[in-house]
Amino acid sequence: MSETIAYIMMTVGVLFDLLGCVGLVRLPDVYNRLQAATKCVTLGTCMILLGVFVLTGFTAMGIKALICMFFILITNPTSAHALARGSHKAGVPLWPGSVIDEYQEIQEKKS
Amino acid sequence: MSVLMMIYIWALVISAFLCLYRIGMGPTPPDRTVAIDNLGTIVVGFCAFLSLFTGKDFYLNIGISWSLLAFVGTIALAKFLERRSFDE
Repeated sequence: MSETIAYIMMTVGVLFDLLGCVGLVRLPDVYNRLQAATKCVTLGTCMILLGVFVLTGFTAMGIKALICMFFILITNPTSAHALARGSHKAGVPLWPGSVIDEYQEIQEKKS
Repeated sequence: MSVLMMIYIWALVISAFLCLYRIGMGPTPPDRTVAIDNLGTIVVGFCAFLSLFTGKDFYLNIGISWSLLAFVGTIALAKFLERRSFDE
């Protein structure tokens, strides 16, 4: 039973990875690509590691998979946030079809 | 289950090649940086499958250190991009 759950988790994780990378190729803008790719790939890899943990239980491999999942869950959104801020400050233009840019409005209000 | 494992590995290989396409063809430097970050996370998934294949747990150590090093590299590149004026 737990083996079936683990394989279902790993399948979902691999599908999330694949679809996130398709979004990385297909979407038109840095910010859209960041939004698609980072969230999907973070969740997909976390599901793979959680599947490894469910499959192996409380062994050395399972605990290491849990630690790895914890690090990915902390570090990956942080780096995505820093990248979005850095690329906005570097002046990378938005996609022409995008409707709102609240960070720019806040910057203009401050200055 | 070995057929299923091969399907997993090939799906991850295809996603890694899609990331490589974005690294090569990205029009701006932040695109490449996003793709490098994603490639690091996918490599961590590879390490998990490799450790499951071989039954050895030290591949997950490689995954942990890889994720932390990718974090440091991405933060450094983001700070570098923030300072740099970009006109295109």
